[in-house]
Amino acid sequence: MLTRGEHRASRAAGLAALMAIGLALAVPIAVLLTHGESTGVTSNQGDYLIRITRFTLMQAGLSTLLSLVFAVPLARALARRPDFAGRRWLIKLFAVPLGLPPLVAALGLIEVWGRNGVANKGLGLMGAETPFSIYGLSGILLAHVFFNLPLAVRLILPALERLPPEYWKTAANLGMSGLSLFRRVEWPAMRRSAASAAGLVFMLCATSFTLVLVLGGGPAATTLEVAIYQALRFDFDPGRAVLLSLIQISMTLIVMLVLKFLGTPAEEGETKGGGTNRPDVQGGLHLLPDAVLIGLGGLFVGAPMAAVVVSGLSADLSRLLTDALFWRAAGTSLSIGISAAALSVLLAACLVRARYSAGHRPRSVPLGLLAGLSGAAGSLTLLVPPVVLGAGWFLLLGGGAGQLLAPLMVIVLINALMALPFVMRVLEPAHQNTLERNGRLAVSLGVVGRHRLSQIDIPAMLPAFATGFVFAVALSLGDLGAIALFGSDRIVTLPWLLYQKLGSYRTADAAGLALLLGAITMALMIVAEKLGTRNGSVDR
Amino acid sequence: MRISRFIPAALAAVVPFIAGPASSADRALTVFTYESFIAEWGPGPKIEAAFEAECGCDLTWVGVADGVALLNRLKLEGDNAEAGVVLGLDTNLVAEAKATGLFEAHGLDTKAVTVPGGFSDDTFIPYDYGHFAVVYDTETVANPPASLKDLVDGEPEQKIVIQDPRTSTPGLGLLLWVKSVYGDDAPEAWEKLASRVLTVTPGWSEAYGLFTSGEAPMVLSYTTSPAYHMVAEETDRYQAAEFSEGHYLQIEVAGLLANAPDKDLAREFLDFVMTPGFQNVIPTNNWMLPAAAITMELPEAFGKLVEPKKTFLYTPEEVAENRAAWIDEWLGAMSR
Amino acid sequence: MRQHRAIAFDGVAYGMGELSAAFDFRRQSGTVTAILGPSGAGKSTLLNLAAGFLTPASGRIILDGRDVTGLAPSERGISMVFQDNNLFAHLDIRTNIGLGLDPALKLDRAAWTQVDKALERVGLAGFGKRMPATLSGGERQRVALARAFARRRPLLLLDEPFDGLGPGLAADMLGLMLEIRAEVGATVLMVTHDPDEARAASDQILFIAKGRIAADAPADGFFERRDLPDLQAYLGSGPV
Repeated sequence: MLTRGEHRASRAAGLAALMAIGLALAVPIAVLLTHGESTGVTSNQGDYLIRITRFTLMQAGLSTLLSLVFAVPLARALARRPDFAGRRWLIKLFAVPLGLPPLVAALGLIEVWGRNGVANKGLGLMGAETPFSIYGLSGILLAHVFFNLPLAVRLILPALERLPPEYWKTAANLGMSGLSLFRRVEWPAMRRSAASAAGLVFMLCATSFTLVLVLGGGPAATTLEVAIYQALRFDFDPGRAVLLSLIQISMTLIVMLVLKFLGTPAEEGETKGGGTNRPDVQGGLHLLPDAVLIGLGGLFVGAPMAAVVVSGLSADLSRLLTDALFWRAAGTSLSIGISAAALSVLLAACLVRARYSAGHRPRSVPLGLLAGLSGAAGSLTLLVPPVVLGAGWFLLLGGGAGQLLAPLMVIVLINALMALPFVMRVLEPAHQNTLERNGRLAVSLGVVGRHRLSQIDIPAMLPAFATGFVFAVALSLGDLGAIALFGSDRIVTLPWLLYQKLGSYRTADAAGLALLLGAITMALMIVAEKLGTRNGSVDR
Repeated sequence: MRISRFIPAALAAVVPFIAGPASSADRALTVFTYESFIAEWGPGPKIEAAFEAECGCDLTWVGVADGVALLNRLKLEGDNAEAGVVLGLDTNLVAEAKATGLFEAHGLDTKAVTVPGGFSDDTFIPYDYGHFAVVYDTETVANPPASLKDLVDGEPEQKIVIQDPRTSTPGLGLLLWVKSVYGDDAPEAWEKLASRVLTVTPGWSEAYGLFTSGEAPMVLSYTTSPAYHMVAEETDRYQAAEFSEGHYLQIEVAGLLANAPDKDLAREFLDFVMTPGFQNVIPTNNWMLPAAAITMELPEAFGKLVEPKKTFLYTPEEVAENRAAWIDEWLGAMSR
Repeated sequence: MRQHRAIAFDGVAYGMGELSAAFDFRRQSGTVTAILGPSGAGKSTLLNLAAGFLTPASGRIILDGRDVTGLAPSERGISMVFQDNNLFAHLDIRTNIGLGLDPALKLDRAAWTQVDKALERVGLAGFGKRMPATLSGGERQRVALARAFARRRPLLLLDEPFDGLGPGLAADMLGLMLEIRAEVGATVLMVTHDPDEARAASDQILFIAKGRIAADAPADGFFERRDLPDLQAYLGSGPV
């Protein structure tokens, strides 16, 4: 509980945070809109825009379909085999792509699935005449499935593990076959989480930037986000960028509304290392399909990461580590990451407390609005993808050329907003806990206001702050979306440097850099996770 | 909350660090160019050493993906560009580059320069030239295309890597080449060719890298590219296909930026470009033909290259007038 | 009622060390056996071994004259009722019972009539289309009994089925269970922790402690015995 003064302060802080976020979103959109007048749409351009939009939706739809088509049987197989050796590690492995910089993953995927990769060699031995192409639609789909199959599995698996053990005993007792069990029990249980996983995956794929940029391979396989980037960096055609941005925003808005209509967003439940015992599942030969499925799933997700490590280690790491440019990029990345994380945590803390405060008088309309907006602020940032956000600021700053501080602050802002939904999800339960545990005592002792913040609430939430902070740093560290627009020889971050090395086909350097970047973000993710589990409140 | 004030402060504190160390030499020149020019194996390092020995200054290269990206970058940065010289545009972009008002006439004597067609200009100095060509891997391509039409109509399973005309001069070159041959039918030709395109890269380096690493059996490059493999790798494996319609010519140029911090030094560099000190490096490092006299023997391999019977080249004005429309046409056809 | 061995555990052993269990007992057809013992003693292990959810490390399990040790749960001729979650929550009552007749739910009209009869038998006629969540806890257990009734398997395994229903309701259910058992002619193993329930329903007792059968005796007079320290501890000093 809070005192009246604390309520006032909390709401004021929340309002300020909301206004800051609103401004950060509104300014670029306003710039885009006012720039829009200069647009002359020729018929050719119109065709191009329609095709890009169609391709964006099509690849997102196919990516979602493929991810789910494989995730459902894989989640089922994992639920059926609750205690094989390495299951815990496999499920941990499936959490890795979520934090892996897309550029690093793309490199690993090229290593495995490129013309000369292991996968194509295998396919060739099996008699495939035309090699699988990592470029174009097939490459985009592959990369999206790599990222979203494990995510979907982690979202769906808990739905099965949550089912009471008696279900499986009853199924065994009644002698339900695998098919009947799937139809009558497993699928109905998975359906909800599969649907919301599908929504999330669709949203992520519809706004995917880096993977399409690297693997797209031409105008035929370009999404709106990449087209916006190209309109600004390739053509310097602000009119087209504006038009594309508006299409992108309308599209994400529609998708989000549809998802909202379809139901609650997917929450990753706790996937325990071992699931419920499954007396309905037989061993022996029946093990084979599950084992094959789980094995292939693990290989599909694990191989590109292993490839990054292997090719990274064979690169000249010592030369890379003595390169001044690497340290400059690392320093820039860290400064941006730390600033973005600090901003993100600050905004999230204000929003979380305001939401708590406003939520205590549910019948007041303005307070209800404040609570609602504070909660929605996180997803609002999803509405305007980083590249669109960047495009607005880019135009406002005249391309950011010759400037240093302003583009840097924009990058920080964009990265902070990107991390906001995640940070809020970490802080919210911790804040709730703290107030429930210490609220009455603090008020009864008269430790309120500033003293309470510094003596009680902030120290109690420190682990959550740390988790959110580290997580936000990691997220920012892997981001290419914001830096892609502003990157130059003046502002070099690690992903930008990696992208340049890829562009100039310095494969060995790129491989080494990818390993370093991947290792740094993974280390941060592990730290965030460790802090989180000690705190007992994180569920990402 | 103090953190809000902390962020700009933290950023401001690291800005000098981010911006990189300042140069120590008294005179310094920054040259904007494209990636492959300054790669370890490219001409950049050698030219830098040669020029620095002559001028007693510090030459810094800044590379972007490719030639057209160079122009985009200049348009973006406008007066803020800190470079003195831009090296790596080609004649196709000259009129547009001049129209930006960012360049200044060099005022140098350019009679040392000889290029096919005798291009000469008061603002841009040619430093090398070459003909675009499809380079193929003889181990995977048994019947290389003998004409642009062959390339367009050929087996879709046999892939080619091309460059994006919005960022790359070879990419733009192919666009103009197709336009020269097909005229108004160019969009249909591109639609057909699209099925053979493995990927479109922003720059030449990436495309050529993909080709040599075996990702695709063909790549858009130059008639001179095989010389590199013959000289440096002693192999005949990679060859350029001669097209019966003729080949599109590229003349690469360098120019002086009006805002150059040290204009005399920039002019000194442009003068250097026309001397053997620069030109000798070109054939066996940039793998293009020199635009002025050299004091070395061209390797024998250069005698074995495809010599186009016919050459295409639009005037800078024609390109400037049509580039945007033709690129839209290309985008439209390639995205179909 | 046929009088032959309905259940035999022949030197059945399961697990190792602290958690090991070993059971050896027999039951005549048509008997009702209550399995009692402190929690963690191995009551559920015994039931799970009989049901086939656990596989013994050694020994044989004979059910209704057949060695079922290697058979799958569905091939053992048993019906089960648990304390909770007997019904698939997302399937209606008829489907839940129907699955007991055919696990692929390929039922002809006669079979569906059987389902309705079973519901009628437990006093829930007309509940077929309702979802489990709309029923009370007691009603849900009746459905589970209806399913067991419809299945007519020679063995009925009950895992604390009437726990948490309240004394009156539990007694009613117990009565219903006994009637159904008699109509189907099944042999019953029932895990319970309520001595009253054991006394009211069973004719045999298996008292389990520390993974072993501490006592295997008729129900008559069992709770008055003073020679079993584990039993004393289990029953405590309260009224018996």
